[in-house]
Amino acid sequence: MTIDWDWIRRNLLEGSIWQATQEHLMHTVIAVGVGLIVSFALSLAVLRWPRTYAPITWVTGILYTIPSIALFTFLVPIFGLTSIFTAQVALVSYTLLILIRNIVAGIRGVPDHVVEASRGMGMTERRIFLDVQLPLALPAIIAGVRVAAVTTVGLVTLTVIVGQGGYGLFILRGIGRRFLTEALVGTLLAVLMAIVIDRGLVLLERLATPWAQRRRPA
Amino acid sequence: MIRLESVRKVFPGATAPAVTSLSLEIPEGEFVTLVGPSGCGKTTTLKMINRIIEPTSGTIEVGGQDVLSIEPHLLRRSIGYVIQQVGLLPHRTVEQNIATVPRLLGWPRDRIEARVAELVEMVGLEHEMRDRYPAELSGGQQQRVGVARALAADPPVLLMDEPFGAVDPIVREHLQMEFKDLWRRLGKTVVFVTHDIDEAVRMGTRVAILNIGGVLEQYDRPEEILANPASEFVARFLGEERGLRRLGLLPVSSATLERGPVVDVSAGPTEARAVMDRHEVDWVGLLDGNRLLGWVPASEIGSTPLRDLEPREFLVRLRPDDSLRRALDAVVTSRTRVGVVVGDEGYLGMLDVETVAEEITE
Repeated sequence: MTIDWDWIRRNLLEGSIWQATQEHLMHTVIAVGVGLIVSFALSLAVLRWPRTYAPITWVTGILYTIPSIALFTFLVPIFGLTSIFTAQVALVSYTLLILIRNIVAGIRGVPDHVVEASRGMGMTERRIFLDVQLPLALPAIIAGVRVAAVTTVGLVTLTVIVGQGGYGLFILRGIGRRFLTEALVGTLLAVLMAIVIDRGLVLLERLATPWAQRRRPA
Repeated sequence: MIRLESVRKVFPGATAPAVTSLSLEIPEGEFVTLVGPSGCGKTTTLKMINRIIEPTSGTIEVGGQDVLSIEPHLLRRSIGYVIQQVGLLPHRTVEQNIATVPRLLGWPRDRIEARVAELVEMVGLEHEMRDRYPAELSGGQQQRVGVARALAADPPVLLMDEPFGAVDPIVREHLQMEFKDLWRRLGKTVVFVTHDIDEAVRMGTRVAILNIGGVLEQYDRPEEILANPASEFVARFLGEERGLRRLGLLPVSSATLERGPVVDVSAGPTEARAVMDRHEVDWVGLLDGNRLLGWVPASEIGSTPLRDLEPREFLVRLRPDDSLRRALDAVVTSRTRVGVVVGDEGYLGMLDVETVAEEITE
């Protein structure tokens, strides 16, 4: 079992590795992006009507526990075998629980006295949310996005079974043909993408929350 | 300036009202402290003035206007607000925190800039601190920023909810004195909530003592309350050191000073001994004209001229504006059992325990 360097060189030059990377990234970004939008809307509902929190986490919790292959299979009759919707509905579903929990916890974690002082100075509720609560919840929200993004990169490797591209194609083909190099390239690139996205988000958090980086010397 | 009339607050689900029916008038420019045990509704009362809490019934007017007729967020921009935990925005710098209300009011940038610079100085902060985040400041510094922020748009009224409660005692006393000075210069109307009776009488020009359920037990000048508690509750709340607290508010100059056992250094030993006999003490104070030199014990007075003796220092020399509480401390800790008072013009006189006691019972 040796690495077929020639295969790697050829696929790099022909662009199929690059194409798989683009597809993989696109699926991840769409899933996390749409997941964030949906989670945000649901979180707003939870913050306004706290009673909705239990049912929302219950439903998204069930979605989270369904094995991904089973979920794809279940969605095939609805959207078709090779539809991007089949892949995305499943991927988005998996991001919801973690994102909603982090958004809600982040907003609720803003100290009461900060909110009260903001109100006492004459900020409107809308401004308190946008200018105070949301920025202060950023570290928690970004922490949620990191987990969701890394999970999604892994799950996207499975969307090959519903006809999508990405690194999953290398892995599936490599295993099928018992061709180690191809399967290994798909796997390692997926891991690399997860690490790069995760580090990128850490960097984004640092840039977006300068107040949390500076602390008074003891 | 601020008028509360039959104000009542019942929180949903509560069995008893937090504030039953409170009427209170706070004249313009006064420093009113609201004090009472927990559950007396002092904080609730304060927060009803800027509608953080909405009254169940009754009227509250600020500057002649019914607060319920003004949009809450607009009302609050015209009332300074300081709370115990300060509530600075952790993601904004000192400068941005102070500029919060002026920004909400849409002041032009250069006016905000100038105002922030003025306030930083006014509350005694260093200019280098303007770019720091709240987490980089000490508790006392944070509270100064809190005060600066409340004063930013120059509101006529300042509401303060235990503003110095979270800092250590030494810093607290410092902040109290500074804030009282600031108040004297700015002439704002201040409503100040505290559970600490010492703070209430020291800071307030008027003190409102509240009982459970927002019952106003007494509303008067602090000296008056300490001298004549209106009820058993007030007397108990003022505590056992009521007399001492009252002394803390009275200046030495309000007491009747005696000349005491003093002689001029030009006098002879015989006259010195006569003075000591007359006052029944074993020491005598030496004066050189108006200048108080010190004191000498009887044992050292022999045939030597008084001018050649080496007088001992009085450890504490009181000034006319020192408090009688400090004077009492000087009396009981000194060897001579008196407090000597020295003004700009020299020796004014002395007081002893009897003199101070008269002031307590007066």
